[in-house]
Amino acid sequence: MRLVVNGTPREADVREHESLLTVLRERLGLPGSKNACEQGECGSCSVLVDGELVCSCLVLAAAADGRRVETVEALGSAERPHPVQRAFVEAGAVQCGFCTPGFVVAAAALLRENPEPTDAEIREALAGNICRCTGYGTILDAVRRAARITT
Amino acid sequence: MSPLRVTKSRDEFEGEIYESTVVVEGRDLAAPRDGAAGDEVGRPRPRVDGRARVTGAAVYTHDLHLAGMLHAAILRSPYARARVKRVDASKAEALPGVRGVLHRFNAPEVEFRQEKALFRDEVRFLGDEVAAVVADSEGLARYALTLIAVEYEVLPHVVDLEEAASPRAPKIDPDGNVHDAGSYTRGDTRRALREAEATIDVTYRTSTQMHNALETHGAVASWDGERLTVWESTQSVFGVRNMLKDALGLAPAQVRVLCEHMGGGFGAKLGTYKYAVIASLFSMRLGRPVRCVLTRREENLAAGNRSATLQRLRLASSGDRITAIEHETWSNSGQGRWAANPTGPTNTLYDVANVSSVAHRVTTNAGALSAFRAPGYVEGTFALESAIDELALRIGVDPLALRRRHARSRTDPRTGNRYSLKRLLDCYTIGAKEIGWSERRAGGTRGSAPHRRRGLGMASQIWGGGGGPPAYATVHFETDGTAVLRVGVQDIGTGTRTAVAQVCADEIGLRLDQVRVRLGDTEAPYGPGSGGSVTLASIGPAVRLAAHDARAKVLRAAAGILEVRAQELRLERGMVVSEGARTPLGDVMKKLDNSTLIGTGLRHPNPDGLALKTFGAHFARVEVDLRTGEIFVEKIVAVHDVGRIVNPLAAASQVQGGIVQALGFALTEERIVDRGLGRVMNANLEWYEIPTAMDVPEIVVRFVGAPDRRANNLGAKGLGEPPIIPAAAAVANAVANATGARVRHAPMTRARVLAALSMAGIA
Repeated sequence: MRLVVNGTPREADVREHESLLTVLRERLGLPGSKNACEQGECGSCSVLVDGELVCSCLVLAAAADGRRVETVEALGSAERPHPVQRAFVEAGAVQCGFCTPGFVVAAAALLRENPEPTDAEIREALAGNICRCTGYGTILDAVRRAARITT
Repeated sequence: MSPLRVTKSRDEFEGEIYESTVVVEGRDLAAPRDGAAGDEVGRPRPRVDGRARVTGAAVYTHDLHLAGMLHAAILRSPYARARVKRVDASKAEALPGVRGVLHRFNAPEVEFRQEKALFRDEVRFLGDEVAAVVADSEGLARYALTLIAVEYEVLPHVVDLEEAASPRAPKIDPDGNVHDAGSYTRGDTRRALREAEATIDVTYRTSTQMHNALETHGAVASWDGERLTVWESTQSVFGVRNMLKDALGLAPAQVRVLCEHMGGGFGAKLGTYKYAVIASLFSMRLGRPVRCVLTRREENLAAGNRSATLQRLRLASSGDRITAIEHETWSNSGQGRWAANPTGPTNTLYDVANVSSVAHRVTTNAGALSAFRAPGYVEGTFALESAIDELALRIGVDPLALRRRHARSRTDPRTGNRYSLKRLLDCYTIGAKEIGWSERRAGGTRGSAPHRRRGLGMASQIWGGGGGPPAYATVHFETDGTAVLRVGVQDIGTGTRTAVAQVCADEIGLRLDQVRVRLGDTEAPYGPGSGGSVTLASIGPAVRLAAHDARAKVLRAAAGILEVRAQELRLERGMVVSEGARTPLGDVMKKLDNSTLIGTGLRHPNPDGLALKTFGAHFARVEVDLRTGEIFVEKIVAVHDVGRIVNPLAAASQVQGGIVQALGFALTEERIVDRGLGRVMNANLEWYEIPTAMDVPEIVVRFVGAPDRRANNLGAKGLGEPPIIPAAAAVANAVANATGARVRHAPMTRARVLAALSMAGIA
């Protein structure tokens, strides 16, 4: 299959039953998206496909053929973090960090659509992501902080 | 330097006191005199590894991709109890890409948790290991599992706690299913109960909670012909190292365990598991790295849980004093050989003259328990603190006032030792003010609609968290003047890496970004496992000493280079400061060529005759819908007394996370096991309900914050477990205040709330 991942055209050999998440992690060397529940419940594998937020563990790799995929790795780097990434660090929204890439992608997708979300909208947008460490308070802080930075 | 000496140290770990032999060298430092913040310690600091974690650059055990790596998968018993009579793996072995199969008839003898075999002849829970396959890909390994034919002789099983404890249950252990798990007595409870003016006799239940850290358990093992390197998502690199060397018959130096980043544990990764042995055996056999990572389903069958409990409490009072507490508990340990004793809070929290407690563990055909954040204390506090409120209601006393009367003692009732510091009364005062306790009304108040009632409740927390030896740290300087701090602990997500960097930076006089922390590696001198809230209080004081030693050396070296007296120099945020001159430390170090200054530090024993405890109180405001039984937690105020707070940002986040995990325990999280099949029906994140961002109340976090100067040279105690302990009871008490109905089973699901309302004649 061919797809554009983080702005770069890529090719990968995939088996017909494989998920986009498997291809990203195991074929394309992008382990930022995590595999934590295998059934679209925890949001740790969140990526954007043609700009739309999806759980990549639920997307058949073949269905992403010819699409544009953005993962957490594309948002920013340690040297040049995305405003959402910076806000997550500054707000202390990271504990173990395993769910963090999924939250960061979901939050970035939210702010792209809705740069000034209300608290209720933030909670709603992140309701598909599970964090077992932080209790979410600092994550909500981070999204509010990122919204202030970007607007 | 004072001579080396061998001594005994008595330290608390998860409610029990352990004595160990420790070697001590040199003198300890005095704790700082007051709670004032340094340049780093006491200041809110983002994680030093935060950027690696938010960008996806941090490599977890799950993410390792080594050249030539193979994948192992485990076949698990589909029966709750059965004899494995025959295993035919020929079809799996014949599959191209399958590199090996292990099962009870071909596996080498391996000693694991006092058992002689890796694969049991009698599997004892649905999910017990039956065989393992290693193959070129994970998908192939899992497919190969389906080709293994196993002949089972199915045996009678029992999975339910109360069923297993009954005399009619099948005997799973030869000597019966109910085992003694500890008892404690002071005074004469029988007499106090006889002579009391008021008594209550109540039974509580708590369901099995599952950890569900986001990163499932897993390991990657790589054997090079002489040494085994294992990357594992663990709370104790040394625990894994010691298990593997014993299981595989290797020398300590032949096994290196690494854990740079790990995706949560909550106690389940404090123990050791067979998957690491399986990955290691395959790697040693094939000479290639082998990865074995559990699925979410396996995680929920075979990687630990918080035991379900049945608890009976009898309380007696005369006048305004509680005169006796009697507590008897039964815990579903599954196939575990220990119990997380729920009676710890009963035995230690209140100044009550007559206390008697007995704990039992009950064996069932379910996965073994493991430590789960304040094991036993969460379950026990739910029952005890509910019962205290029930007694308060019976005798017509404000429940907070009743607790205050019994929280004044300055000595630990179990040992008679004085507390190093106890500020529980301050926790009550701060919390009561913050939640508006003075507005609490007996019978609750009207909620946001006529069918909704609002109420306030609170509960207290006691826990250890004093830490202890052994723990070591070294600090050395790079040629650019930055420091490398090495510790044998791991950062399980709590922020240990950042906290020790803060301690080190302040003690030396460096900026935080001038300290690099190396951890999660058994090549360092020993560090304790991250459990029992001991990490910071164990390693922090050793870091301070190592940094102190390093600072003294660097100042002497700088004095030689700058040709001044060491006493005239000091280090401030990476600058060597003397009379009128500031020189970057890097400039000084450059002149030392490759000479290396190394500071060392160790954790000194805890003071004799003192009890090191953490305390706290949670206050809850809830609204209850009388028609649906739904509990809406509106606000939690958490106040903790855990000594000096090294990083307020991380500490507040730790408390919020603990509370939300407690709310899961209180409201929604419950393992459901089919009794007939012995099967966990919600071994996934869809039907096992963990709180989401939609469920989180307003949470106010406060710390008493006074350093515990007698505890250790940092004045800090642990904070991992305290915040999960009292929240469920605070909510239960608020629900009772709101509605007049007492829900005695956690989680307090809508069905249980409706049943309690119906019992109370309310709905």
